[in-house]
This record gives sequence, structure tokens and C-alpha cells, in this order.
Amino acid sequence: MSAIRLDNLSISYGDTTVVHGVTLDIAEGESFALVGESGSGKSTILRAIAGLAPEWTGTIELLGRARSHGVERAVAAQCQMVFQDPYGSLHPRKTIDATLSEPLAIHGIGNRDKRVEEVLTAVGLDRRFRFRFPHQLSGGQRQRVAIARALMLEPKVLLLDEPTSALDVSVQAEILNLLKRLRREQGLTYLVVTHNLPVVSFLCDRLAVMRHGRIVEVADVGLLKREALVEPYSRELLAATEGRGGVLDGAA
Amino acid sequence: MAPMLSVKNLRVSFPTHRGRVEVVKGISFDLGRERLGIVGESGSGKSMTGRAILKLIRKPGLVTADRLEFDGIDLRSQSDRQMRAIRGARISMVMQDPKFSLNPVMTIGEQIAEAVVTHEKLGRSAVQERMLSMLEAVRINDPKRVAGLYPHEVSGGMGQRIMIAMMLIPGPELLIADEPTSALDVSVQAQVLDIIDNLVMAKGMGLILISHDLNLVSRYCDRILVMNAGTVVEECAAGQLEQAQHPYTRGLLAAMPVINETRDELPVLDRSQWAGT
Repeated sequence: MSAIRLDNLSISYGDTTVVHGVTLDIAEGESFALVGESGSGKSTILRAIAGLAPEWTGTIELLGRARSHGVERAVAAQCQMVFQDPYGSLHPRKTIDATLSEPLAIHGIGNRDKRVEEVLTAVGLDRRFRFRFPHQLSGGQRQRVAIARALMLEPKVLLLDEPTSALDVSVQAEILNLLKRLRREQGLTYLVVTHNLPVVSFLCDRLAVMRHGRIVEVADVGLLKREALVEPYSRELLAATEGRGGVLDGAA
Repeated sequence: MAPMLSVKNLRVSFPTHRGRVEVVKGISFDLGRERLGIVGESGSGKSMTGRAILKLIRKPGLVTADRLEFDGIDLRSQSDRQMRAIRGARISMVMQDPKFSLNPVMTIGEQIAEAVVTHEKLGRSAVQERMLSMLEAVRINDPKRVAGLYPHEVSGGMGQRIMIAMMLIPGPELLIADEPTSALDVSVQAQVLDIIDNLVMAKGMGLILISHDLNLVSRYCDRILVMNAGTVVEECAAGQLEQAQHPYTRGLLAAMPVINETRDELPVLDRSQWAGT
């Protein structure tokens, strides 16, 4: 069964259509990356799946069930999102404990105390962090909390929107290791948005290159590692990453 | 030849409720007309070093140095007024995020022209001409149209090129670029750095490139200082970065995933190794 299936998905903000007819099939347990420059619509796809961009047409299927346009509790229980900026995505006046308990309260799940402790352990945070506020944590620790929050409901699918781009390289390595370990331990499916191709190489099995709201190329990560992507735009992106001064037309 | 910029035992400290905390702990370097990279993690003091050179650290922050000389001028004894004549005209700085550094209520043309008019007396048409040719130099197509736009109407990459135009138009001798591309896409990053690089080389300026990205710095600089916790832990030529010795530098290099990644787990910095230094 596929974890996420998108069929002819178009997404708009008001009058502007930003994603045009995207079709994708992501298998359960797979780690899939969406790459492309800013404005290519990659984050918008994640937002639509999570229910944050309700103006879409086409089909979004999660674990075999079609998603409606509204807020769905069942979807939230299976699919959670981690945002880019750990400084902006945690409530500044709530303790870590309150942040982590809230999803359980909303979904009426008991045994909160134990669950919070388990998840904190899973993301590698000491229990003394539990009653602190976000401003008392470093960027890497906050991103661990954001991942912990996403894991509270034991979802099957994680949507990761640039999970490490706000972090230092050394901290990025810790978070990438954590994500890789969690996926192995809990059998998660990842849909990762990033513009960092080395991160894709480390964390993902397949990738889709996006441009101007359309998918240009879907490839196995092996092709990326051998730098053998086919489409000219993908190759330009690769060249820009390698710093060969790949100047993209249309970027100006 | 005397170096253009000479820094000796530079210290920057801030008061906290537990006493003064030093964020830059006595660093020294000389800079000629070359490209120097300063690399380190958040909190390593690299940005504070850049700001201290321009005397941009406000009270209660405290900057001390045994020597802080630019082209024979002792920057420590300059008044605010004298510093204003140096800032922009002779040393200028490109900040991280164009979104927060451009004036939202002035057109781009006006902002760039202001940078010239502040330092030179020029006729209006001469200013216009210089402004347009500068926009062209940072590879903006159709500079006339762009000059009439407001900052919110341009993309991030374009905004950063406009910043660069503004910083370079008075013809400074030294450019300090503090994370000039970390708010930009990879696809645009290379482009912006190439522009900085070309202009710096063409005008024979000095460049201090502050970044957390080791690869990027090694590509665009001649010499690299690696900073950690306010001190310089390693200095090397950019080409020899691969042979860096200090465990911190090696750790940073190893922690970066590469495009043909085969490691199952990335090595993580063991901070205890040099915590004592």
C-alpha cells in the first residue's frame, strides 16, 4: 500500500495556482525528497497534505484513504509535520511538557505522563528538559522537541519541511542521524522538502525535482549519488550545489 | 607592504547577571588585499569580530584590542562621526538577510543613490548613472525598472544583489560579508557569491567572508580562520582545508553530508575533546 498518493494535485493561494497537476506515489516506509528552488511549490505540497493549504483540486490519499479539504482528526493521527524554524514553531509561553501533552489531550489519549517521557527519550533529550521553556533550549534541542511533538500521536507519516536548514552543520548532523534512527525504529514514511542535495543523499531513497510548480524529474537516490540525473534543470541544481557556478536562467 | 587591516588581541564582551562574558577572546589577524574567510558555528564570535571592526557594537558591549588599524588609521580612537566617514566609504558590510536590511519604504534606486550621496558630492544625473551602472554590475536585467521597485517586490536573491550594489557603490577598499547567502537558495547562492568574487577581484579589494559553511568559504577565499568559542582554533590556506589538523575543524568537515553519501551515520562533534581550550 502506498503511504501517500497524489493524483493530478493542483494547489492555489487565492487566484494564483502554485502547484500544477502533481502526481506522486510514495510507498509505505519510504523516504522521499522534494527538491527545487524557493517558489517551486515544494512546501505547498506538504502544507496541502497536512491540511494547511485547503484550496486544492485532485486527489490526496493517505495510507489508502482519500483526504477531505477540511481538518481531519484521523489524518492528524497518521500524518504530522515538522517545520523549518525551531525558533518559530514552538509556543514561547508553553513548557516542553505542555507542548508535547497537547496533541494527546486533543485526541483524548491517556497515560500522558509516560508517553511524554518515552518520546523525549526517543529523540535523545534528557528528562530535565521536560519542564523548561523553548528559550532555554538551543536550536538543535528545539528541533528535537519539534520532532518529538510530531511523534506524540505515533503517526505513520512525517512531513519534514527543511528540517535542518536553520541549524549549524554539526547540529544538522545530529538531527539527520536522529531522523534516520527514528525511521528505522518506528517504520516511518518521510516526505522531506529540502534544497540541500547532500541531505537527500544521506536521508532519502527517492527524490522528485520540482520547478515552477511542476515535477521535472523523479529519480532514485542512486542516480543523484552518481550525479546522473537526466533532466537539464536537475543537472543545473546539482552543479549549483557543487559550486561550479551554475547560473540558473530564470533565477534572475 | 603594510597590511590593510591589522587586528591584534581583539576582545568583545557583554555584561550578564553573572558578570561579563567574553564572546571574542583575543583574536589577531592581518589582512592585505586578499579574501579571508572566517568560519565557525553559531556563537563562535565570528559575526561579532566583523562588527567590532566597524565599531558596530553598542554599549553595554565592550570592545578592546591592542591594535585595530585600518590603512594606518587607529579605529579605536575614531569618534562616531569619523567612523561614519569610514563606514560605507572605505569599509562596508553585507548583512545576512536582505528582507531586514533594506528600507521597506524607499525605492531601490533611492536607497542605492543615498549610499553615494552620503559620501560624495555629485550631480543628480551623475548619481543616477552610477546607480544604474552599479545595478548592471550586479547582473540585474533592466536596472531602470528595478530601481523604481520597493524591496518587497523583489526576490531574495535579487535583494541580496541590491545590497551588494549598495555596499559597493561608494567604492570601499574592504568588504565584510556576514553570511551573505545563508538566507538564499542554493541555486542563487553561487550566483551571488560569484558576483561578490568578481567585483572584489576586479577592484582589488579586501574581503572578509563570514560563514558557517566550510566548503563555501574554501571555494571563495584565499585564507581561512576557523573560530570556536571566541578563539581562532586554526588558520590555513583555503586549498589545504582537507589537511586541517584541529579536531574541531575535522569534526565540522566530517559532519557535512556529501552528495555521494555512503555513511550510515554522520559523525557528531565530540565537544569534550577541546572544551578545555
